Amino acid sequence: MKLITAYIQPHKLHDVKKALYKNEVYKISVTNALGCGEQKGYHESYRGVQFEVNLLKKVRLEIAVNENFVEKTINAIIEGAKTGQIGDGKIFVVDLDKCIRIRTGERGGKAIG
Amino acid sequence: MKETNVKTLLMTIVFVLVIGPSFPVFAESADSEESVIESIDIGELKQGLDTVWVLIGAFLVFFMQAGFGMVEAGFIRAKNACNILTKNFLDFCMASLGFFLIGYGLMFGDGNTFIGLKGWCLLGLEPIKSGLPLYAFWLFQAAFCGAAATIVAGGMAERMKFHAYLIYSFLISALVYPIVGHWVWGEGWLYNMGFADFAGSTVVHTVGGFAALVGTCMLKPREGKYGLDGKPNVLTGHNIPLASLGVFILWFGWFGFNAGSTLGVTGGASIGRVAINTNLAAAMGGIAAMITVWKRFGKPDLSMAMNGALAGLVGITAPCAYVDPWAAVVIGIISGYLVVRGVELLDRLLIDDPVGAFPVHGICGVWGTLSVGIFGRQALGLANNGLVYSGNPMQLGIQLVGSVCAVVFVLVSMGIVFKLIDLTVGLRVSREEELRGLDIGEHGMEAYGGFQIFSTS
Repeated sequence: MKLITAYIQPHKLHDVKKALYKNEVYKISVTNALGCGEQKGYHESYRGVQFEVNLLKKVRLEIAVNENFVEKTINAIIEGAKTGQIGDGKIFVVDLDKCIRIRTGERGGKAIG
Repeated sequence: MKETNVKTLLMTIVFVLVIGPSFPVFAESADSEESVIESIDIGELKQGLDTVWVLIGAFLVFFMQAGFGMVEAGFIRAKNACNILTKNFLDFCMASLGFFLIGYGLMFGDGNTFIGLKGWCLLGLEPIKSGLPLYAFWLFQAAFCGAAATIVAGGMAERMKFHAYLIYSFLISALVYPIVGHWVWGEGWLYNMGFADFAGSTVVHTVGGFAALVGTCMLKPREGKYGLDGKPNVLTGHNIPLASLGVFILWFGWFGFNAGSTLGVTGGASIGRVAINTNLAAAMGGIAAMITVWKRFGKPDLSMAMNGALAGLVGITAPCAYVDPWAAVVIGIISGYLVVRGVELLDRLLIDDPVGAFPVHGICGVWGTLSVGIFGRQALGLANNGLVYSGNPMQLGIQLVGSVCAVVFVLVSMGIVFKLIDLTVGLRVSREEELRGLDIGEHGMEAYGGFQIFSTS
């Protein structure tokens, strides 16, 4: 079991959701996040004064998957979120020790699927 | 007992202080006051009253611009709110300019029955128009022109380029709106035919509504609005309280829009009739739309009920001076029903109109125009009695011809305008910009700076 965490551009969420759905990944958690990476920030202007926004708005996805879904999920996220420009985001994959479904008490792969 | 004493005392004091001293003065000035009254010209007094009335109307119609802004901003997503408000703001500025430079001349200048050809920049015109000072009359008409222009912003919201919108708003207010206006209010060919549109169901709302329809068809739906199977997705409005405020502002402003169109007070009977009809139609539109949406979808949707009130207002705009209050009730009910079915129809045709500009202004604009021919009364200034009074479809036929001609003219002329804009500067923003929001893409600033808007759609 793996936990896939991805940071993507907020406006690409819709595309990523579509790509995941197409690849039969239906379970996902989404949270708002702020962060900075290669993109470093951008300038907004307000009443003629420029100011730098360096913590950018991102969306964090968390998806727990069984081994046979790892590559599919990664590819779907890339398919949806990639524009080829800096700021597209990152995907982290870590091992997942345990997973328990609260309602039934099921554990492991069954609880994920 | 004690209270009565105090009261008597107070009244005595008031009498002595306020009225007492005026007695000797009154006696002395009786002669001079009489001469003041004699020197007032009744005609001048009437014109003064009428001017004040029409200017109040103009100010109220101007304030409707704020109503449109709030409704449109509330019904769209937060990432585009700043953009729609900028469009709403600038189109009144552009309409003021366009209607001053050539719009007024085309609409009210002397010319043929198709267009006016005199009065560019208001030069060389009589100082009095329709019994009002020209400048007061212009301001009232300019506010109407701005309303027609701003209707389109909602229909084309969330995806139209800002500079394309600026060009569009100048062209509609300088050319398209004034030409239709000339036919109806500038003693053009529809006016000569006996066509009646009291306050603008055709001139303002049909023009704005059908321009919005052309624009939104050419722009194509917003990203994510329709799934591959053609099922509509919900892109919820981000601020219903704001939209609700906007509807009340519009309703309030509409009293100036309709009652101001009498262009005078004249005893008050006419403005009283117009005001009650306006209010009844709006109220019934709200009720009818709410019941329709409740029956069809199981919940009384506020946004639809509010669209219904606006639909009732649009519907009563043409007939407001020619019908009795019972007819206003019927007109409002039908408007409220039509707007709900209109929104459904657009979704079935995969036409994406984010705020319902076409169902409200286009469909109900046509309905309002036709209703004059059904419920109108000759005794109230119409050329013929309406269908329910005379059984004669004469007036209804005239209304139908006028409405159809205005629709065809708007479809063709606005089709050309939007096509030209599309070929030169482009109508629609890039997909990336649309996804990120037009606030950042077009203006580099957000409506809700410092907030992180979490959008699920």
